[in-house]
Amino acid sequence: MGVGIKVEHLNAFYDKTQALFDVNITVRANHATALIGPSGCGKSTFIRCLNRMHETIPEARVDGKVHIGDLSVYNGTSATQLRRRVGMVFQKPNPFPTMSIYDNVAAGLKLNGFRNRKLLEEAVHKSLESAALWDEVKDSLHKKSGASLSGGQQQRLCIARALAVQPEVLLMDEPCSALDPISTGKIEELIFQLKEQYTIVIVTHNMQQAARVAEFTGFFLLGKMIEFDKTEKIFTNPFDKRTEDYVTGRFG
Amino acid sequence: MTGVAVLTVLLVLLPLFAIFAYLIYKGIGSINIAFLTQTPKPVGEPGGGMANAIAGSMVILAIASLLGVPLGIGAGIFLSEYGRNRYGDIVRFVSDVLNGVPSIVIGIVAYGLVVMRQQHFSALAGGVALAIMMVPTIARTTEQMLLLVPQAIREAAYGLGVSRWRTTLSITLRTATSGVITGVMLAFARVAGETAPLLFTAFGNQFWNWKADQPTAALSLQIFTYAISPFDEWHRQAWAGALVLIILIVGAVAAVRIAVRHGTFAGA
Repeated sequence: MGVGIKVEHLNAFYDKTQALFDVNITVRANHATALIGPSGCGKSTFIRCLNRMHETIPEARVDGKVHIGDLSVYNGTSATQLRRRVGMVFQKPNPFPTMSIYDNVAAGLKLNGFRNRKLLEEAVHKSLESAALWDEVKDSLHKKSGASLSGGQQQRLCIARALAVQPEVLLMDEPCSALDPISTGKIEELIFQLKEQYTIVIVTHNMQQAARVAEFTGFFLLGKMIEFDKTEKIFTNPFDKRTEDYVTGRFG
Repeated sequence: MTGVAVLTVLLVLLPLFAIFAYLIYKGIGSINIAFLTQTPKPVGEPGGGMANAIAGSMVILAIASLLGVPLGIGAGIFLSEYGRNRYGDIVRFVSDVLNGVPSIVIGIVAYGLVVMRQQHFSALAGGVALAIMMVPTIARTTEQMLLLVPQAIREAAYGLGVSRWRTTLSITLRTATSGVITGVMLAFARVAGETAPLLFTAFGNQFWNWKADQPTAALSLQIFTYAISPFDEWHRQAWAGALVLIILIVGAVAAVRIAVRHGTFAGA
């Protein structure tokens, strides 16, 4: 089951450049939350702070409080422990190129020391099914490399890979930006099903996508969270003038 | 333009084929069962072979690989994953300088490090000398190959809660395996034919020796000794030895390539 996320006074930096300014947000469990905003507004930085991916960049740092369920992200939790509970799907599909489809999905479990073969097989099956990829790959699990799939399939493979470690939260950083409309449709459909079990935070450049998949939407501008509300409200009757300008395309 | 390209390819391949053909022409006649199973005969006695030198070369190269490959790959991992700083720059510089040190000088170093201490020549000393030569090549190619692995692949592993060192070993290194192996085989092939660093480390031996702490024969040394001798029979055997050496190197490189292809996923 998914858990909620609570972010208080989050500031993020790249060396001396501040990328996020005092972000506060509460994400509801088992819902999809979309983050929109122009390029460079900090939305990717923001979700990378949720699973401490931000700190893998040299000279990057964060301050503020983030709680994921009962877990305090920046206080007493190791990054590796945290990331097993907070899965991530990236902008460009990034399957492990030298691994088979099966090994790609099993990687998270195997590399974290999980060895039981039967349970691994079950987990792979279940994850591929949840990612709506099972039927397409079930005959070539061990024969084909993850990199030999099409872009849309690769992205669903990456989703399956993230699901296999049984996270509670799924972070998606523009998961459809490299995909065609049909593959995008499949992923969006998938998000709809996945939010029954996971809390989903999705960064997107596509406002229609936010409107389609998310119950809540946050608008970022220049590193600040300008507005956060029900998606419907953001797109029809935003509180802030800047949000309105952005969602109606009159930005700038 | 295509013509020029084809011509240059031929020019590059020509010396290789010429050497190989000439070796076969000169050496094949002296390769027989005795050559591959017997030790050298005293001067004037016909027959005999280089079996002990073939075995000795294998032992010395095994020691060199055992020491040099893990060290080189380890250094390469440091340079690519942790070495984007001053320490890395120092290691890179030192490694490039080491790469340019004449092999005979490395032999002297191994002499000082191992032979002086043991008070006699040994396969171990030869192995150490060759290992020192392997390290910079392996380290730098490993570094380059690991840097070619996209950051996104590492991030994918971090995102699954895999620790950094585990990611490096099981994801980054694995993704770069074929490139790293190329570097290792390059270094291996380069030192396999080295003679100078073995002259006063492994020293050579006319008899069988399986002890790593005793003077040991090596093909390159045996070829050197026989080639500068005044005897026709020894000259013929030197050619045969050279042919065997090159076949062993090609065989080892091919075997490793095939083994690796079976071990990793072919589709990528």
